[in-house]
Amino acid sequence: MNPSVDALRRVFGPRIGRALVSCGDTIVYVDAGRVAEALRWLKETPGQQYNYLVDVTAVEYRDPERPLEVVYELFSLDRRAALRVKAELSKDRLEIDSLVPLWAGANWLEREVYDMFGITFRGHPDLRRILMWETYAEGHPLRKDFPLRGRFSRAEQVRQALGANPEAHYSMDELSIAETYHELPEDMRERLARGERGVIPEPGRERGRE
Amino acid sequence: MGLSPGHATPGPESRVLSGMSPNWMTTKLDFLVNWARTSSLWPMPFGTACCAIEFMATAASRFDLARFGMERMAFSPRQSDVLICAGRLPFKLAPVIRRIYDQMTQPKWVISMGACASTGGIFDNYAMVQGIDTVVPVDVYVPGCPPRPEGLLYGILLLHKKIRGETVVDGSLRQERPLDETGLRLPPDEVDELSEPFGNSIHQTRSA
Ligand code: SF4
Repeated sequence: MNPSVDALRRVFGPRIGRALVSCGDTIVYVDAGRVAEALRWLKETPGQQYNYLVDVTAVEYRDPERPLEVVYELFSLDRRAALRVKAELSKDRLEIDSLVPLWAGANWLEREVYDMFGITFRGHPDLRRILMWETYAEGHPLRKDFPLRGRFSRAEQVRQALGANPEAHYSMDELSIAETYHELPEDMRERLARGERGVIPEPGRERGRE
Repeated sequence: MGLSPGHATPGPESRVLSGMSPNWMTTKLDFLVNWARTSSLWPMPFGTACCAIEFMATAASRFDLARFGMERMAFSPRQSDVLICAGRLPFKLAPVIRRIYDQMTQPKWVISMGACASTGGIFDNYAMVQGIDTVVPVDVYVPGCPPRPEGLLYGILLLHKKIRGETVVDGSLRQERPLDETGLRLPPDEVDELSEPFGNSIHQTRSA
């Protein structure tokens, strides 16, 4: 068991839940409301120094009673130690604090979790879908209640996909042309400003944020 | 036209008239146009996945696409003749391939390379177009996962054969057919039918 778990317990007391070792990796459960605080402590405290956020992901189990878990993989580049932190979220309140203020790299990872599981990250600067396009209206594909082939008919899926605007899959920042924005041709400025809102012949049913 | 007997095989379609200058020959316009088109098909590679690797192998020296007048990969749709979709097409790329197809100038053809491009393949799920023919018209389907380079070359030769059967008189072959007002290329029930699972995939058990 990674000694960081005991250190966490000393500082955060009952906010730290059960801990276990699986395949040699230590997993520790932290109260969802305090997870950002605990991770900041793990990152900044001398002797812990988990300075690299390897991944943020989530798990939903088949058992409908079980809560969703948000999983944080931490690694300390200095100490060569790894720790997996998990936070449990009940299905009717899928919200957790964003880690972007701590690790800028959490930005896209959290967008992916939002896109696939519908978990809202409080304080995220740009919480948009990242894998599916922004007008995708069928829900969050990795949830267990999501049918494998999607919710709409194939024809409707093709129709909505063809209605999307391919230029606008990128934000201005991603194209790094934000500074030269005003020198761009009128029509291109208009497309970029509109974002990823493609023109769909008739408005699709909005099921994005259930 | 400077087709002398030494060059490109003058088949039964064309012959050099004896007693005339060898710099002249008579032929059918269709034959000549189709000969020119088949002999310099410039591919627009649309490689999205594993099939693209096999496409690269086909283009490289061992199999050598250049033998078929496809020397030049045209990465600009305006200067290409055949769109080769090598790999699965996710819904997010559907408007992109449609845009590229629309930008290509006539005459143009499409080869769907691999099981995924042709039918959705193993990806019978929420993210994948179930056959690119629901998005753009397809001339030749090449089966395989991925097709071997020989398979793709055979597909290209089939396309040559198809082009040789075309006629310049038939304007409908070169007519642009944009998406209709429903936002689709085909009627919706036809898209649904094309996307139906078949073969093994109907017997699989699936969650939800
Ligand atoms: S057909 Fe096979 S090789 Fe080709 S893209 Fe699909 S999975 Fe990959």
